[in-house]
Amino acid sequence: MNPKENFDSNFGEASVPASRLVTSLASPIDASCRVPLLVLFSGAALWLVVGLLLSLAAVMTFHKPDMFADCPLLTYGRVQPAANDALLYGFCIPAGLGVMLWIFARLSRAELALPLVPVVAANLWHFGVLVGVVAILLGDSTGFVWLEFPRGGSALLFAAFLLIAISAVATFGQRRECELYPSHWFLLAALLWFPWIYSTANLFLVAWPVRGVAQVAINSWFATNLIFVWLALVGLGTAFYFLPKLAGRPLQTYYLALFVFWTLILFGSWMGITVSAPLPAWMSAASSVAAALTLVPVLAVAIITFKTVRGVPHGGISCKGEPFCYIKFGTAAFVLSALMLIAEACPQISRVIGFTWFGPAQVQLQILGFFTVVMSGAIHELLPCVMGFGLPFPKLVRLQHWLFMPGIVLWAGSLAVGGVAQGMKLGNPQTAFADSTAAALMFLRVGTTGLLFILLGSLLFATNIFIMTLKWKLALFKSLLAAFKAPLATPSASASLRRDRAVAEGKGGEVKP
Amino acid sequence: MRNGVIVFIAAFIALGVSWCGFVLAPVMQLGTEKQAAVLNSSDVYPIGRPGEANQGLQVYRANGCAACHTEQVQQSGFACDVMITSAGTNPPAVIAAWWRMQTNFFPNEMTQRFYSVIPNSGGVPQFPFERVRKEIADIAVESFQNVGAKAEIHIIAIGPDIERGWGLRRSVAEDFLYDQPVQLGSLRAGPDLANVGARLPDANWQLVHLYAPQALVKNSTMPPFRFLFEVRKIGNAPSPDALQFSKAFAPPAGCEVVPKPEAKQLAAYLSSLRADAPLYEAPFTPIMTKP
Ligand code: HEC
Repeated sequence: MNPKENFDSNFGEASVPASRLVTSLASPIDASCRVPLLVLFSGAALWLVVGLLLSLAAVMTFHKPDMFADCPLLTYGRVQPAANDALLYGFCIPAGLGVMLWIFARLSRAELALPLVPVVAANLWHFGVLVGVVAILLGDSTGFVWLEFPRGGSALLFAAFLLIAISAVATFGQRRECELYPSHWFLLAALLWFPWIYSTANLFLVAWPVRGVAQVAINSWFATNLIFVWLALVGLGTAFYFLPKLAGRPLQTYYLALFVFWTLILFGSWMGITVSAPLPAWMSAASSVAAALTLVPVLAVAIITFKTVRGVPHGGISCKGEPFCYIKFGTAAFVLSALMLIAEACPQISRVIGFTWFGPAQVQLQILGFFTVVMSGAIHELLPCVMGFGLPFPKLVRLQHWLFMPGIVLWAGSLAVGGVAQGMKLGNPQTAFADSTAAALMFLRVGTTGLLFILLGSLLFATNIFIMTLKWKLALFKSLLAAFKAPLATPSASASLRRDRAVAEGKGGEVKP
Repeated sequence: MRNGVIVFIAAFIALGVSWCGFVLAPVMQLGTEKQAAVLNSSDVYPIGRPGEANQGLQVYRANGCAACHTEQVQQSGFACDVMITSAGTNPPAVIAAWWRMQTNFFPNEMTQRFYSVIPNSGGVPQFPFERVRKEIADIAVESFQNVGAKAEIHIIAIGPDIERGWGLRRSVAEDFLYDQPVQLGSLRAGPDLANVGARLPDANWQLVHLYAPQALVKNSTMPPFRFLFEVRKIGNAPSPDALQFSKAFAPPAGCEVVPKPEAKQLAAYLSSLRADAPLYEAPFTPIMTKP
């Protein structure tokens, strides 16, 4: 196998979408990821729904401002950051980590190392998110964008991330060949990125806060490195694994991907300081230059994706709604959202769209359009392998895609257009301020429909995952029952079920199949 | 790339460099910042907020006002106004000098926005040149002085935010010296609040606005913060703090709306928001009264 093809044909099903391998039994490698992934993904699916519900509650302010006038928990200024954090910390990061663990196990051709550690960590993580989101709703936010969780929640997240990283690195260490795949670089870098930026931000802003506007610089640095760079690393690492696998041809090309990796981490990490901030001018100048340079990896991602999928069956932009579509759509959304981010850093453009809904539009496109879509595609693809049985409602996969796609276009699109309309009015002091609000209002209201579509899609996603978990628990329970009834007849329970049981009972990897 | 260590080192270097740039450097450059001298005065700026306003900043944080409001005024540059403070003994010469300058030297530059004349001077304009470049203002002042008038230059910040009346100058680092957390905000779903204390100094207006924004601003999309207030039966005597509303927003008969301590703190914080000291890095001439 040649890593330059980033094309792991381990089990020969590369050309057959796994969702169709309904009856195949999971390989030991896949099965080793089962329990950690289920915990990560089912929690994530729940947070996705919760986050979108909170987003909906937030946007309702623009339909009926006094809706939550008597309810401090749901006032816009609390529910809006809570929604964003639930989506990012609740869904994006754990989903990304789960997919990452599985990709590492697959690429290493080894079972997940220390499988119990990520199970504990996943529970810690989701508990940490719960603590954080509830704290925000109770008015205990730190006030820093994307870092709203108070200390307790952040500490839990940090510890959980480290635990998962340990398991991921150990799995990585078990690999049989030396050469790395493109996905490896992106995902490994992400493992380093998060603890670094998260600890820096928490130490300098929350634990021992620095004085004055240095907070603004650190907060912007953290937010960009998390929302742009970290999500890009994990999302692209995942896309660069699945694209060649689903297209049935190597990534086009290995060297271009290497180039993307380098330029992304070198330039992307300098973005985010806006021209408007009351900071020394060199900072925003450096950020603007970095943004211009980030154009290079972004265009390279577009080329890689286009060349990899062009001409293969179901390739190109044709689409039926299977996981392949998710990944293609997600990568396209990444390119678009990155272009929007770069545009915001350009002083001439930011004069119009600065401080408008264009910024939130970019964030929503990045989180929902890019990351959530890539992750749900990947999860739909890998979950049947991991579980050893197909999705309970494979048709919902397509339906979800056809809800997500228009939903995201409508939601992020109308926010962006509304932002431009608002910005044109804001920049002209002869128009009243209220006109700028009014200009964006109509778009916000239209966009709400898009948000509803996305919410429906996420419900389908959660349904598939929860029914799957339920089925698995039921099977587990049955096999336990059988084992209890006929202690000597254990061979009847399949090997993988016994492994699950062992993990569930807390014995980890000690069980011999 | 052949092994994981190289990837780690690559990522380490890339992130490390940006960490030095955007974390370490700002901490060293800005973290030790001190109060600055106010231009043409012996005062320093800023002086910390009073205690109640400081508590109000936490109410502002807890309720996420920064999700809709920024606290950063932008400015696109400077301009100068030339003001004649005394027409001197020969007003006609001053007027002649003014005409000469307009027609001969910079016919395109003069923009006089508020026409006013100095009383009893036979028509000497008070602001002969407005919004002009510094070089021009310097020449003008010199010319006026040559014919016996007294003139001075006023530095004015310009830009859409300033014209909206959101501030007298751009926001600078000093404005946020004592804020914890610093909440610049990034979306203007509502107006910029960096100078709201100077713009809307009436605490009672602020309280009524927080309780029912729509009562003061028609079609406001700002959510009411009624939970910061208490609606209670009027006791033996009405509370001195009770707010007055128009009919549509008034509480039920026999009840009164009284701000909770949080609301009062928040109003105190809003009144404390005023960045009106001219500083070296963002100068302007603090003349508030214009005809
Ligand atoms: C959903 C967005 C939103 C939130 C959240 C919000 N505001 Fe507003 N705010 C507005 C809008 C829109 C206006 C303009 C209309 C008006 O004056 O009511 C406004 C106006 C104001 C004004 C008057 C400014 C002026 O120049 O007229 C003040 C003061 C104010 N808000 C304070 C606050 C405070 C304090 C909070 C937090 C407790 C807050 N706002 C939360 C949207 C919001």
